[in-house]
Amino acid sequence: MPAAIRAHNLNVERGKNHILHDLTVEIPRGLIMGLLGPSGSGKTTLMRSIVGLQRIASGEVQVLDLPAASRPLRSKIGYSTQSASVYSDLTCIQNIRYFASLYSYNEKTPEQILDDVDLTQNAHQMAETLSGGERARLALATTLVGSPELLILDEPTVGLDPVLRVQLWELFNKLAAQGKTLLVSSHVMDEADSCYQLILLRDGRVLAQGTPAELRARTGKNRMDEVFISLIGGE
Amino acid sequence: MNANRLIAMTKRVLLQLWHDPRTLALLFVSPALLMTILKYVYWSNPDLFQRVAGSMLGVFPMLVMFLITSVATLRERSSGTLERLMISPLGKAEFIAGYAIAFGLASLVQATAVSSYAIWVLGLKIAGLQISLIYVAILDALIGLAIGLAVSTFAKTEFQAIQFMPAILLPQLLLSGLLIPRAAMPRILHDLSNFLPLSYAIDATRKVISNQGSILNDSLLIFLFLTMILSAGSLTLKRQTR
Repeated sequence: MPAAIRAHNLNVERGKNHILHDLTVEIPRGLIMGLLGPSGSGKTTLMRSIVGLQRIASGEVQVLDLPAASRPLRSKIGYSTQSASVYSDLTCIQNIRYFASLYSYNEKTPEQILDDVDLTQNAHQMAETLSGGERARLALATTLVGSPELLILDEPTVGLDPVLRVQLWELFNKLAAQGKTLLVSSHVMDEADSCYQLILLRDGRVLAQGTPAELRARTGKNRMDEVFISLIGGE
Repeated sequence: MNANRLIAMTKRVLLQLWHDPRTLALLFVSPALLMTILKYVYWSNPDLFQRVAGSMLGVFPMLVMFLITSVATLRERSSGTLERLMISPLGKAEFIAGYAIAFGLASLVQATAVSSYAIWVLGLKIAGLQISLIYVAILDALIGLAIGLAVSTFAKTEFQAIQFMPAILLPQLLLSGLLIPRAAMPRILHDLSNFLPLSYAIDATRKVISNQGSILNDSLLIFLFLTMILSAGSLTLKRQTR
């Protein structure tokens, strides 16, 4: 099966800063890909390039066999930003209903989506009164409207307690089992083991890509943060 | 343009307005209060009240819609929801039209309430039809909305957006013929005022109040301006950032 995302020699410049350098990466379909790297390494920029929000300087990004930012992709990609992008003056269910109504086909009802992220009891609560974790889950829920084949999630678990994080990763696994591709960025290294494969990014370059086991074997380290530090040092 | 998405967009903006009772109250109470003050300011000269109050009925919706639109669009930008919409199937034209319809409806209710108050309570006399006055007020509101949408792309913060009111709206107000008939202004200012949409809005209001002349030409010109400003606004709504 062809890759879900294929970036080739991707360069992104913002002002005088060169954010991504000749980045080449391939992400297979139907699995959870972790995107790791220190802040400022280009994780968000790479994700924005994939969803088509970032203007690229040169190179090529193919998403689901279409050029990034092409119109048919808009109904196939779900994207959640680091800041929970929801309408704080609408209730949870109104937020989901609104986003769902922009898509011509929805595989789930708004109620099912709220249930997926465990917000059923908050359905009629205004988004501005949600706690940080609830708000993050609502933002995640807005990416599940329509019938996305690809989910790009920028630090979806940041600021969540361990119990919630485990719940969300269960949801990610369920979505991957349904055949969806997930690209999840994180800088919590212990989440790395929940991913099928990892991409380590530093200074806009791919430092390494492989399964957690492969990266452990390569570095001879056991803990994921040690693996990462060793890969950075071994450059 | 997809009807379902347009309806969803309009409904969402109206819902947000509905959830904000303070803004809703201010939408009706402040113009009514200002008209009342005007009535007593011109207590010794009721003729002047008749001349100014009618035109003011069109000015309030324009100012209010300008502020609401520029702040609402800026909020969409800063909260990230605009980006969320830009990667969805929602079209830019649907986004703008949704705001225009929702705020257009709000200004319909506002203009009806405020003009009724001015006519029945404050004794404003109009020779033309009240419905024509409401129609012109909605056109005024749409001018405010279009300019608000256009300037919101040039503003990074709500503070900056509000600064565009004295910079862009008030000069139009001064030149619109509200203070002195446009024909009595120096030639260069008169020519300049021909290129400002608010001038035609005030002309139309005058015609409705005195029931003299057709407002067809004025409306057509205002719609032309609206199309131009809104298209410019939609061009500046970018899906991609540098």
